[in-house]
Amino acid sequence: MPEPIETSETIRLDVLRYRPEEEAEPTWQSYEVPLRRDWMVLDGLNYIKDSLDGSLSYRWACRMGVCGSCGMMVNGKPILTCAAYLTALAPGPVKIEPLRGFPVIRDLVIDLREFLDKLKSVKPWIVRSEEKPLAEGEYLQTPEELAEYKPYSMCINCLLCYAACPINALEPGFVGPAAIALAQRYNFDSRDQGAAERLDILSRHEGIWACTFVGECSAVCPKGVDPAGAIQRYKVRATADWWRSVLMPWGTR
Amino acid sequence: MNPAYRPHHPRWHRERMPIFWWLGQPAYVKFITRELTSLAVGYGALLLLAEVYTLERGPAAHDRFLHFLAAPPVLVFHLLVCAALLFHTVTWLNLAPKALVVRLGGRRLPDWAVVAGHYLLWLAASGAVVVWLLRGGS
Repeated sequence: MPEPIETSETIRLDVLRYRPEEEAEPTWQSYEVPLRRDWMVLDGLNYIKDSLDGSLSYRWACRMGVCGSCGMMVNGKPILTCAAYLTALAPGPVKIEPLRGFPVIRDLVIDLREFLDKLKSVKPWIVRSEEKPLAEGEYLQTPEELAEYKPYSMCINCLLCYAACPINALEPGFVGPAAIALAQRYNFDSRDQGAAERLDILSRHEGIWACTFVGECSAVCPKGVDPAGAIQRYKVRATADWWRSVLMPWGTR
Repeated sequence: MNPAYRPHHPRWHRERMPIFWWLGQPAYVKFITRELTSLAVGYGALLLLAEVYTLERGPAAHDRFLHFLAAPPVLVFHLLVCAALLFHTVTWLNLAPKALVVRLGGRRLPDWAVVAGHYLLWLAASGAVVVWLLRGGS
């Protein structure tokens, strides 16, 4: 006998909630949501917010993997919840937690300020020692020069790489994958002249040397940025610079 | 009501990393294994130094060292060390293209070529040692 249409399948979402005004520690709460073929994990959370429990807090915006706000730990792995089908996680239950390694403000909402400070510290913008006069026109770039840094410019600051990085959780001072990858994005830009300034900041322990090359940052990146590769290339460059300064102290960096 | 809560002053929750954080996922287990097998690399270097030291002390000392190496428990242990060394070498060489960008004629070499280059160098170095040994080490 075919099942009646009303009793469609459901899936259980176990959400880690943190309500600082009520509880000192986060607690799990379970919700049953419809298991629809075209629903993402984020749609399940929106269903909870709309129909079951309006007090659930989480970030989201674009629903199409470009804004980078809906990253969460789903079954222990950092993913964009707008890009993960619920059916792929059936029969459940699906465990949803805030991104690991960040202070939690409420429920699934993490505090981004530490990351934003780290990001600013690596000067992720084009640094020029002197600007050329307007009359000389724009800074031109060949397609090869563009290809050099383009992969690193695809970062959407979703912080999945930080959540996948055990160093970020163990050493909160670590500048971290996305910020270092973005530093490289400008280092590799033919218009930029700030590589030496950035190296001064990133050659400290909390910069590139805290990284032990776990490599998971690149594995979870939804944009294929490869922060692990960016950091290892940085290490090679810093080491080469150090040897050059030792062997040829009269040369300029 | 949580007594530590103050209105208008957020009280962040910071999750502590458990000491066995790496046990949950295969990728983390592989990483920790790679890091731990570096102990085998250090041990291999010390073993070589020990042999050079016994050589310097004369043939009798070196024979005692070889006798120690031939003992079954030592042999089994060194097989394990060898497996750890192989794991470390292979995982390490496979990661090389992440750190090394090689350009030939203005074009970037693909990752597999960088890896293949490393394996060829490894093979060549090992081959040279084998040839040297087969010729009686002279």
